Amino acid sequence: MIPAAGPDIAAAAVPLEAPAVHATSLLRRSLRLWRTRIGALLVGLLVLVAIVGPYVAPYGPSTPVGAPNSLPGGKAVLGTDYLGQDVLSRLLYGGRSILIMAVIATAAGLIVGVIIGLVAAYARNALDDVLMRAMDVIMAFPQIMLALVAVAVVGAAAWVIVVAIALTTVPRIARVARGAALPVVERDFIASAEAMGVPRWRILFVDLLPNTLGPLMVEASLRMTYSIGVIAALAYLGLSPDPNGANWGTMIQQNQIVLVVQPWGAVMPIIAIALLTMGTGLIGDGIARTAAGIDRDRSSG
Amino acid sequence: MSAPGAVELGGGSIEPTNVAVSVSDLRIDIATTGTPVISDVSFEISRGEILGVVGESGSGKTTVGLALLGHARRGLRIAGGSVLLEGRNILELNDEQLRKLRGGVVSYVPQDPASSLNPALRVGLQLREVLEAHAADQDGGKNRADHSERIAEMMREVALPDDPQFLRRYPHELSGGQQQRIGLAMAFANRPRLIVLDEPTTGLDVTTQAHVLSTVGDLAKLHDVAALYVSHDLAVVAALASRVAVMYAGRVVELGSSDDLFAAAGHPYTRRLIGAIPRLTGGRSLVGIPGHAASPGDRQPGCSFAPRCSLRIEECEREVPALRPVASGHLVRCIRAEEVLAQAQRRIGDPIDMPAAESVAALRLDNLVASYGRHEIVHSVSFSVAAHECVALVGESGSGKTTIARSIAGLHHNWTGKISLGEEPLHTSARRRSSDIRRQIQYIFQNPYGSLNPRRTVGQIIEQPLRVFGVASGRAASHRVGEMLERVSLTASYAQRYPDQLSGGERQRVAIARALVSEPAVLICDEVTSALDVSVQAAIVELLGNLQRDLGLSMLFITHNLPLVRSIAQRVAVLHNGEITEIGDAAQVLGSPAQPYTRQLISDTPSLETAIAEVGLGEAPMDVGSGAPAGEPPVDTAPTG
Repeated sequence: MIPAAGPDIAAAAVPLEAPAVHATSLLRRSLRLWRTRIGALLVGLLVLVAIVGPYVAPYGPSTPVGAPNSLPGGKAVLGTDYLGQDVLSRLLYGGRSILIMAVIATAAGLIVGVIIGLVAAYARNALDDVLMRAMDVIMAFPQIMLALVAVAVVGAAAWVIVVAIALTTVPRIARVARGAALPVVERDFIASAEAMGVPRWRILFVDLLPNTLGPLMVEASLRMTYSIGVIAALAYLGLSPDPNGANWGTMIQQNQIVLVVQPWGAVMPIIAIALLTMGTGLIGDGIARTAAGIDRDRSSG
Repeated sequence: MSAPGAVELGGGSIEPTNVAVSVSDLRIDIATTGTPVISDVSFEISRGEILGVVGESGSGKTTVGLALLGHARRGLRIAGGSVLLEGRNILELNDEQLRKLRGGVVSYVPQDPASSLNPALRVGLQLREVLEAHAADQDGGKNRADHSERIAEMMREVALPDDPQFLRRYPHELSGGQQQRIGLAMAFANRPRLIVLDEPTTGLDVTTQAHVLSTVGDLAKLHDVAALYVSHDLAVVAALASRVAVMYAGRVVELGSSDDLFAAAGHPYTRRLIGAIPRLTGGRSLVGIPGHAASPGDRQPGCSFAPRCSLRIEECEREVPALRPVASGHLVRCIRAEEVLAQAQRRIGDPIDMPAAESVAALRLDNLVASYGRHEIVHSVSFSVAAHECVALVGESGSGKTTIARSIAGLHHNWTGKISLGEEPLHTSARRRSSDIRRQIQYIFQNPYGSLNPRRTVGQIIEQPLRVFGVASGRAASHRVGEMLERVSLTASYAQRYPDQLSGGERQRVAIARALVSEPAVLICDEVTSALDVSVQAAIVELLGNLQRDLGLSMLFITHNLPLVRSIAQRVAVLHNGEITEIGDAAQVLGSPAQPYTRQLISDTPSLETAIAEVGLGEAPMDVGSGAPAGEPPVDTAPTG
């Protein structure tokens, strides 16, 4: 590689590895880290359970298969829950709704947050202040509180939960997007596009967005982790679209009383949620470390 | 191969007892791979002497400078050799001993004064700390009054006010030049034996630079300090240093008195480097050096300059040539040094035949007043650029030259007055202008590292204007991109690359291609070479000049580099505090300036002419000449840098 015009030999001393930090290359490079691989494995496993589970479950989620709270053995591999339903089947059914809601809520929050953050960074005027102060107001409510209030007022419909979580995701994403975009906005290739008269939306999404992806991916995976946690917590509190349906959060709540008698009914969903959030967290951490590694190489080079 | 003995290296005129620091066989590796970065570097510096170390980016000059402090940057390791200072090899000292040494016996002045001063502490306190840190090491600390007197003395030495009010200031309350003087005061505070200055005037205006340079020279002489002055700017080194070491690819390729070096260099690289420096008396095209220096891992056996050298013979690639004396105190690392020396050092570039400007103004500014907020930066500036003409706009930082450029391009909106393209007055904002107007005015930015989107390929970057202005699309556009890449002396294969796979010079070529692909009428070049090495600068200016003449462009060339003006512009406008103080024919303005400010600017500009004139060599031996040495490859087809 050619030493850049940076001060002297340092550029040459640190071998410049792969070139630009493209989003895909960032993901690929992050997969060289064990933490990212383990995270991807965990997430992959649980996503597989959530998607394929209902098709391979031995019983329906609400089918009574034996005496309540019976230990593993016989027809029920993981025993039965407080109503005599098969724990394994409920476990296989119970991930889907959490995962779907979390993905939709995070994606919606991500899209809206990115738009607000980029517009605020690019505006560099009063609009920036207005948008970001509005974000601060939303952020002043704890995520779970806002969701609880929304559910209490409107009811525990799936869309209410999704909207409430998306809404609380927006300001956090917007802050990160704005922060990542601010230094990029000052660079001359943005001025160059302005001088050419490139439409503003193109500058935002074609020139600006790809240069902010690193921090955004990290924040998105973190938000995903939190969304899963909040949805499961709401279900645990009995606030899920179907209060009797199979849902990891609901399962914990229903079976925690008999934890010492038949632990599997509560422990298995706890493990599932823990592994899923750990997985998304590890992926985010891996991406963050890779991005930081790239930055470190650059600053010394 | 082995380097000659250390005493011999200092040159015949220097008494061995007078030597302050002696470096021999210094070798620095990349710690992980053991790839050599610096190899067999040997030199001596006498007391009171300033040795200039020049070289381009990546040559290892800063690394050598830091090694004199016993320091290797992260990732590097001092692998061998010795640095003898007061009879001690400082490369063998432990961390504690080095700590005591630094700031006391040896001191360092970094490139960026702003980042080397603690922004949260008053400058007086920072000066006191330097004194106290080393006083404690020596005699357990002196009393405070004593220090106050010393601090006042130090301030007077660097020509700063010594009153308490000034010492109570924070670094951000000082100008760049004042900050660097504080840096100098700190470096000289403990009367060091050796001081390493790492490009301390980069980023300062010429006037400030001239003051800082004379301060460095005076202090070194006054206190009998040996100084190593690292710089990429040969003109600065020529003005300041008595001896110069030229570095290339981690080795010293030439070492000698500055008089010898600039009058009759013995290494082809030094000659090409000198040829690439723009001259105030110029009016010649600049010639860059084709190719670029190999990075540490890629260095071939043999002379590292051989692949770019016009005098290369087979033997050059066999082994690394020795640094051998060709005259008393003049060492050259080239097996054909005698043949090089036998040729008179000529100007490489040919006189430029500037095309006559047409009388029609392509771009006209009438009473331009530009402000940031309520602060008026540019006061009523009027001038015009004729068709086919290049006008240089020169001025120091803060003079408003970039604001003018950005106003013309519609990137700075807060201005009044009238800017017209041909007959048509321009709207303040680029967005309100018609697409055709935007196409006709193109802008090249100062920093090629910021002006290209790192996520886009070169092809996408150059294609952007074609798409935006609706000039061409699809295959026609890719064809235009390939053509444009050839025009700027790159190849069509560059279209697939990303900007960070390119060197600074190559990036700036891509920026030029992007500006010219839509066939503009007016090209605005904003300090386009200030981030580049001299040899790369020469190649870029050469390219811009050729393109401007061939394409009949009108060009506004903004620079702070006065000598550069002669190599590109017919007319020059001198900007001072937002007003044009002088405007006219470039040769006339720079040759016999009418305004005192212009005169001051010219006399503060370090140039090889003045450095050489002072030693009585004048222009005669360096005059006209028929061009490059025999066998020169045509340089305009090879990318540089």
